[in-house]
Amino acid sequence: MKFLSEYRDPELAQRYLDEIHKTVSQPWTIMEVCGGQTHSLVKNGLLSLLPEAINMVHGPGCPVCVTPLNLIDKAVYLAEQKGVVLCSYGDMLRVPGSEKSLLEAKANGADIRILYSPLEAVKIAEREPEKEVVFFAVGFETTAPANALSVIHAHRLKLNNYSILASHVLVPPAIEALMEDDETKIQGFLAAGHVCTIMGTEEYYPLVERYGVPIVITGFEPVDLLQGILMTVKQLETGTAQLENQYTRVVREEGNPQARATISDVFQVTDRMWRGIDVIPHSGYEVREKYSAYDANKKFAINIAEVPENEECIAGAIMKGLKKPYDCPHFGKKCQPENPLGAPMVSSEGACAAYYHFSGAFEQQAV
Amino acid sequence: MTDEKKIKLQLECPMPKLDFEVITLGHGSGGILTHKLLDSGVFELLQNDLLQKRHDGAMINLSGKTAFTTDSFVISPIFFPGGNIGELAVNGTVNDLAMCGARPRYLSLGFIIEEGLSMTEFWDILLGIRYACEAAGVQVITGDTKVVERGKGDKIFINTTGLGEIHPDAAIDINRVGEGDKIIVSGNIAAHGIAIMSVREGLTFETTIESDTCPLNNIVDSLLDEFGRAIHLLRDPTRGGLATVLTEIARDSGLGMDIHQKAIPIEDQVGAACEMLGLDPLYVANEGVFVAIVKAEAATAILHRMQQTKEGHSAAIIGEVVNTHPRQVVLTSAIGGKRVVNMLVGEQLPRIC
Repeated sequence: MKFLSEYRDPELAQRYLDEIHKTVSQPWTIMEVCGGQTHSLVKNGLLSLLPEAINMVHGPGCPVCVTPLNLIDKAVYLAEQKGVVLCSYGDMLRVPGSEKSLLEAKANGADIRILYSPLEAVKIAEREPEKEVVFFAVGFETTAPANALSVIHAHRLKLNNYSILASHVLVPPAIEALMEDDETKIQGFLAAGHVCTIMGTEEYYPLVERYGVPIVITGFEPVDLLQGILMTVKQLETGTAQLENQYTRVVREEGNPQARATISDVFQVTDRMWRGIDVIPHSGYEVREKYSAYDANKKFAINIAEVPENEECIAGAIMKGLKKPYDCPHFGKKCQPENPLGAPMVSSEGACAAYYHFSGAFEQQAV
Repeated sequence: MTDEKKIKLQLECPMPKLDFEVITLGHGSGGILTHKLLDSGVFELLQNDLLQKRHDGAMINLSGKTAFTTDSFVISPIFFPGGNIGELAVNGTVNDLAMCGARPRYLSLGFIIEEGLSMTEFWDILLGIRYACEAAGVQVITGDTKVVERGKGDKIFINTTGLGEIHPDAAIDINRVGEGDKIIVSGNIAAHGIAIMSVREGLTFETTIESDTCPLNNIVDSLLDEFGRAIHLLRDPTRGGLATVLTEIARDSGLGMDIHQKAIPIEDQVGAACEMLGLDPLYVANEGVFVAIVKAEAATAILHRMQQTKEGHSAAIIGEVVNTHPRQVVLTSAIGGKRVVNMLVGEQLPRIC
């Protein structure tokens, strides 16, 4: 497979690994921001091949994990209303709400449909005019353009039965929040390549400067990650802090201007609650006033009481890179994918799920 | 239906002229409409002496050790590239019998039909059943048809139960799996699941991927003829895919397994579709693939024999049974890292990004 097999080439991977082993002279803590990167690291067994001195900590870049509990409850509530079709990406379905997950609501008869694209939801709204179609629009900057486009599309088609329940989160404010945390041990970041594909690189320069921390925009394949780690380690070893782009085959300095324009047409920046972390200022998108007819939050009077998070779940500490899944006393015991305490155990990008599925007792024995 | 034999069958067996176009509740009532359906000629496709008797049950002679299995098929969509639910219902049960080391002989066939299923669709399903029965050399000897109200089913559900005679040289038993045994996969994985996904509503993408559904009893029979007791265990990785079957074997045998990602056969386009959909091919369903755990000394000969057959031309040795990590399957990734392969929790759900 062109553009994939090259980045899974064992010889090339080995060369980067050798280079990393040669370069490292002291312990470093590096965070890969995106959950997709976490999964690639674990799934390809990369963590077992890196020098012990490199401590990879797993970031908050898992949209499923950081979607607030209250919003999941809202989605469940909407899905259970008669005549509502709730459309969602698949991996939101298992995330526990305060009472139930969307998957449980679906089993109880709610009309919940798993889609790959919000544009498909617009088609459903067109095809089933008697239904209220709500798309659960979660995700980072990556999914925002398509979600925004669905609103524009519905507007063009003059649909009055389509809306989105938006909970977009943004990467740069999260990095800022992590670095502002007194407890943080993070010395370098692998930034999420696909986010920068949309947004470009400009937002990251001030972060590098302010916190003196190297940031390397990195892809998702094994060779991408190893190269990204090598670039970060080289900076750390030489005491430099710069923004570098490993993912040059995809990421342009300016990002994707058309996608950015689409986002800013529909969304505006707002403060956002990150599940397990806290409210981070200017860290999310909400639907602009001019499209408020398509904002499920405004369209439906949803008053769901805030319920406190399960105190046993240490998701916040894990996503801040302060703890690892194995540090949780409930990992693999009380908390398992079929009965999770928190979202990172069920999301396909969650750190706990990655450790649970791909390392299991084997890794624990090896450690 | 794509291959020549299927097309020939379709041409040779046109649907009889009927005075109804869709199946309604009455067709499952047991009364006149049921008889009208039974006598319409649609079931003549499956005729044999035993079924012809139309008694409450079939009376048969079986000799020696017998394998007995059942499976229900509730797939959506019921027609997919490479086959339909009818073929699947026969092949699924035939293959379960083959995995016991049995020669499939007889099937029961139960339909639960949602009213409104068109007769042309039903006819195509029956053709699929006939085609698969011929390919596997089995007979449908008893059956049942029920019709449920619209909304109470999903077009059609099929249950098949199968009886087969155990091959005299077969000794398939989880307890015979031992350290050093080789793990062979009989063909390219994940084709069935991806073929189904490619035509699911909301997911359509252009591809020529076809389901791998096929009977495996002929290849298994020839392997047992030649290698008999060297074959320790056979399993078909249907739902849950290769990963699930391997973890089950590891759990039940108390032994570990080492498998090598690079050795696992998968077609390029299937691999690409899995990448695009965010699915792990190790967990995607197969319908024409089996896993054989065999004695190490015989592994190469078994592999070569498999590769000479149509069903097994892409067969590969993907790993070995070990005792270093009991009850665990460890995969060496393409780039040399190691990870554990676990059982799937629920369904694989498409990812956000």
